[in-house]
Amino acid sequence: MIEPARPIAHFLAFTAMLRGAGFAVAPEQTIAWLAAIELLGPAEVNDVRRAARATLAPPPERFAEFDALFDAHFLGALHPAETAQPSDEAPLQAAEEGAGGLEPIFGEETRESGARATPAERLSARHFEAESEDLTLRRFARALPARVPRRRGYRWRPSRGGPTADARRMFRDAMRNAGEFVKLRRRRRRLRQRRIIVFVDISGSMKERTQSHLAFAHALTRAAATVEVFTIGTRLTRITRTLRRRNRAQALATASLLVADWDGGTRIGDALNAFLAVPRFSALARGAALVVLSDGLERGDPAAMGEAVARFSRIAWRTVWLTPLAGDPGFAPRTAGLSAARPFLDELGDGGSLAGICSHVLNLAKVRAV
Amino acid sequence: MAVRRTIVGISSPRELEEALRAAYYLADEGLSTAAYLALALGKPLLLEGAPGVGKTEAAKAIAGVLGRTLLRLQCYEGIDAAAALYEWNFPRQMLALRQQGDGADHVDIYRDEFLIERPMLACLRRPEDTVLLIDEIDRSDHEFEAFLLEFLSDFQISIPERGAIRAHERPVVILTSNRTRELHEALRRRCVYHWIEYPAPEREMRIIMMRASGVAERAARAVVAAVGRLRREPLAKHPGISEAVEWAQAATLLNQQGARWPDAFRRSLGVVLKDEDDLVHIAPRIDAILQEAQV
Repeated sequence: MIEPARPIAHFLAFTAMLRGAGFAVAPEQTIAWLAAIELLGPAEVNDVRRAARATLAPPPERFAEFDALFDAHFLGALHPAETAQPSDEAPLQAAEEGAGGLEPIFGEETRESGARATPAERLSARHFEAESEDLTLRRFARALPARVPRRRGYRWRPSRGGPTADARRMFRDAMRNAGEFVKLRRRRRRLRQRRIIVFVDISGSMKERTQSHLAFAHALTRAAATVEVFTIGTRLTRITRTLRRRNRAQALATASLLVADWDGGTRIGDALNAFLAVPRFSALARGAALVVLSDGLERGDPAAMGEAVARFSRIAWRTVWLTPLAGDPGFAPRTAGLSAARPFLDELGDGGSLAGICSHVLNLAKVRAV
Repeated sequence: MAVRRTIVGISSPRELEEALRAAYYLADEGLSTAAYLALALGKPLLLEGAPGVGKTEAAKAIAGVLGRTLLRLQCYEGIDAAAALYEWNFPRQMLALRQQGDGADHVDIYRDEFLIERPMLACLRRPEDTVLLIDEIDRSDHEFEAFLLEFLSDFQISIPERGAIRAHERPVVILTSNRTRELHEALRRRCVYHWIEYPAPEREMRIIMMRASGVAERAARAVVAAVGRLRREPLAKHPGISEAVEWAQAATLLNQQGARWPDAFRRSLGVVLKDEDDLVHIAPRIDAILQEAQV
């Protein structure tokens, strides 16, 4: 193996450090950065910094963190231990929290809030007493395929009533008919289903509803083509694959084995951030309809929750939050977490009853995000 | 990686900054460094920032400095290859076939004259005298983003009837985004990136003085202060640089017609805030803001 020359090694160590802190740095970016340093001359440290910002492209909201790491690496060489440590530690801690693995929290407040939600529950229970949960879900599954949110695809398909003429096909036809146009052909864009991503809050405060929410998620997974389901509590768990099973009881039973943090505390912000931190998950959210079934009672940092929802709103097509607390007519998002998230939500709706949730999801396609 | 140290006589970010100034664009060090690196490394330049910070203007100025034509591709939801790359001119092809009739000569209907160039193809064919601006990519959908990815890495496209067309040198490509949604990581990775901030007060003042004619320094200073204050308010649309320039110009005009200063600013507020809710929000505060700005 070829040892990199010493000065280069110092730069390479910085990109390694960035990766350690959760920045995505591709090899080609490193190469571009080194080429840039060569161009500008490494004499001026601010040139190196500007070149780093331009080529390694940290996201704007992490500029401060990026600069801190840069300072620690290139300027703090005299006191590496003092400067590097705090900035190094912060992201690590966050990752640990995001990954879960923390003790479930059974706090008094959690129970209290569960009790507070009870009147709403009784109220909404009366709404659908007439028909069983099962019937609601079956009706939902039948109605869904026609009403899933769709987006225009990139490709065209022949269509009789399409909006534009299909010149290419008409031209081909004309070739066969000695240059005569016989028929007007039309085409339209193919429609594709938008992915629906459901986050089910399974914390203690949502205990009474978890079962029916999962039943809903199962019905949704079965009825629509592209759906992803995650549970959030103290950790994030993907249960999409188990929910694909046909038999609901079996699917839910398998899912319950998969999830380790039933009825625990709530770290919605951390769980959502954990979702965003995994590239293959966050890619799922691109252009998708996001549905969060949660009361928004956050035990973690409410600012983290607001930030996560803000990021989702930039990636996803629509972000909808359905909380059982909204069944109460006098409801306003008073919890710190939900009010931090509120400005970034497309809709904050009533998730008090299964029928309510179903109708929200069926109407996703109706209201267009601006 | 092919590196060109000198482009049209410019061999450092500082020189580029000066050239841009001569083209009436005041760039800060970050932007001139990023733009110089993009040109030198032959990579696309990705400019992100709030609406109205001068992303498109920057592209125009860079094209001006290079002495090249700017090809602008405005993105929108549903943009497709026919709008971005090329289209066949079917009526002309048909006409050519008809005219040929039963005659012997074979007409090649896939010749250049039947091809309608769109910005991306035009840029590939004449990379040495064009700059391609792909404006507001965040408006397009992600299939188009994926398609761009392919274009930006190889600078090559294929036309089924003609085969692959490849640029004989790396074209200058500038992409802009308002960050209404996040761009794909892979796209960012291929570009040299710069986040354009609202300019510092001193620089914004110089921009106003340069862009607007006949605006007194005092008025420009007041506009910068007031606009800076407005940008901290929770508005639907924060005033950009061009709004600031227009405000200074509009207020100066009203002032020349006899309106007193604070009043001239208040009456021309519609130039800066173009949203009903924003105007309602600002209306009770505008006097304090103008006073603070020392109009």
